[in-house]
Amino acid sequence: MSLSENQVSQIAHLACLSLNEAELKDNTQNLNAISSLVEQLANIETDSVEPMSHPLHMFQRLREDVVSEKEQLALFQSIAPEIRNGYYLVPTVIK
Amino acid sequence: MHTKTIVELYKGLKNKDFSCVELTKHYLSRINQSRLNAFITITDELALIQAQVADDKIALGNASILTGIPYAHKDIFCTKGVKTSAGSKMLDTFIAPYDATVSQKLNQVNLVMLGKTNMDEFAMGSSNENSFYNAVKNPWNYSKIPGGSSGGSAASVAGGLSCFATGTDTGGSIRQPASLCGITGLKPTYGRISRYGIIAYASSFDQAGVMTKTSQDAAIVLNVMAGFDEKDSTSAEQKVPDYTTNLNISLQGLTIGLPKEFFLSDLDNKVANNIMFAIKEFESMGATVREVSLPNSVYAIPTYYIIASCECSSNLSRLDGVRYGYRSKESKNLEDLYLNSRSEGFGEEVKRRIMIGTYALSTGYYDAYYLKAQKVRHLISNDFKKVFEKVDVIMGPVSPTTAFDLGSVKDPVSMYLADIYTLSVNLAGLPGMSIPVGFVQDLPVGLQLIGNYWSESKLLNIAHQFQLQTDWHLRVPEEC
Repeated sequence: MSLSENQVSQIAHLACLSLNEAELKDNTQNLNAISSLVEQLANIETDSVEPMSHPLHMFQRLREDVVSEKEQLALFQSIAPEIRNGYYLVPTVIK
Repeated sequence: MHTKTIVELYKGLKNKDFSCVELTKHYLSRINQSRLNAFITITDELALIQAQVADDKIALGNASILTGIPYAHKDIFCTKGVKTSAGSKMLDTFIAPYDATVSQKLNQVNLVMLGKTNMDEFAMGSSNENSFYNAVKNPWNYSKIPGGSSGGSAASVAGGLSCFATGTDTGGSIRQPASLCGITGLKPTYGRISRYGIIAYASSFDQAGVMTKTSQDAAIVLNVMAGFDEKDSTSAEQKVPDYTTNLNISLQGLTIGLPKEFFLSDLDNKVANNIMFAIKEFESMGATVREVSLPNSVYAIPTYYIIASCECSSNLSRLDGVRYGYRSKESKNLEDLYLNSRSEGFGEEVKRRIMIGTYALSTGYYDAYYLKAQKVRHLISNDFKKVFEKVDVIMGPVSPTTAFDLGSVKDPVSMYLADIYTLSVNLAGLPGMSIPVGFVQDLPVGLQLIGNYWSESKLLNIAHQFQLQTDWHLRVPEEC
């Protein structure tokens, strides 16, 4: 199927990306090329095939429900773009 | 000194032919003079401290074979206190607050980290041209790509800037650059090495591995990197053998499978000749060869690019300019902050894959794309199962051509074709290797070895036996 610039713009919005006009044009062209590559899969018979989400067919391990990590707020916030009083700062959401 | 293997450097350090500090200074000076652009960060101060510690250990007689060996670490592994960028503007200021399990394990054996190597942004690329820190050059020819995404690691080993390097392989990112730079590269079975602290691209494929001069060196490093890690929920609880034990087993009676789908018209004739010449060498060592078929491997490219892009769109959603990484300066509200930080912080190819993934996971398209690709993944994996009932190892090319010119492949679909022979191995989660087997117009050609699950020991044995009979792995570029 062919993607329009409008659809690509909507995908970018869902992905939390903004595209300028040139990027939108470029991406529409490339995503359509990739889309036709992907169309090949439609011809393969897979009705009786289970989807494979993981190579090792393993089960999720469980562990004791105990605290295993130390609190490292100061260390983790030392690399944050903007913090105040232990909080991450973002532009005002509610006035 | 810089052309020596781990085994040779170990002997030199032990016999006091040179100290570890001298060795490290030698490598650092080569790195500083190099024009390969193989490194994003050079950790010279740290390296000299680690070298001194290693010298002290050697003096006390407490050294292991890896003590004091200078290596290069792909910039995708978190290294506490050292910038970890994953080749992205998004993480240009990111100083990792913790060590990846692999980094920790390498530190424990007193290796010397020379620096963090250049790579395609978030490991998305096959040419290393998608790095925020510019492309890496191929040491065999500076106008050619080194391969990707572990291009900096491959160039660093081939160019004599480190004794070995770490890499990660999601769709071929160890094997393909190893092949194009003429070194030995091993991607183990999915789950063999912990993914904890490796910046995630596509979590059901990502696997760390080693890039070395020889198979013997790869076995030595894998011994340290492999093993279960409770911090990685997909780490396998599988015993780690000593990978150096079986290196010397004879290849008499080995059955090699050549998948006919790997020798079609996509493959360059001269590359094919080199591959067949290597296969003949194996036959002369007692192996038998039979043709096999991996019929669904021809669908590996679309299958991989759907699933990997879906996983990347989810993994990279955490990068929003709030807690760490790049933040756009020009944001009036929270939505703007997310949009602008991500749009300015991510490069072109990363955005493209995030969008493919977002599209394939969106309502109405999920079944047709993501679910369908997961089913085809199962078919590809089943093909390998059937073949491994008949053969011990699969062999074929790593890459359809030798290294191409920097800047010559512009459209993404053509670039994806570079991974045609490597992707199916990641889809199945199998171990794979690349070893040098010849040259076409002075550019290296790699042979791919694909083994059954957990057969790293066998692959290393096969590669080692080949390297005992041939000298392709000993060739070095002119400036070495």
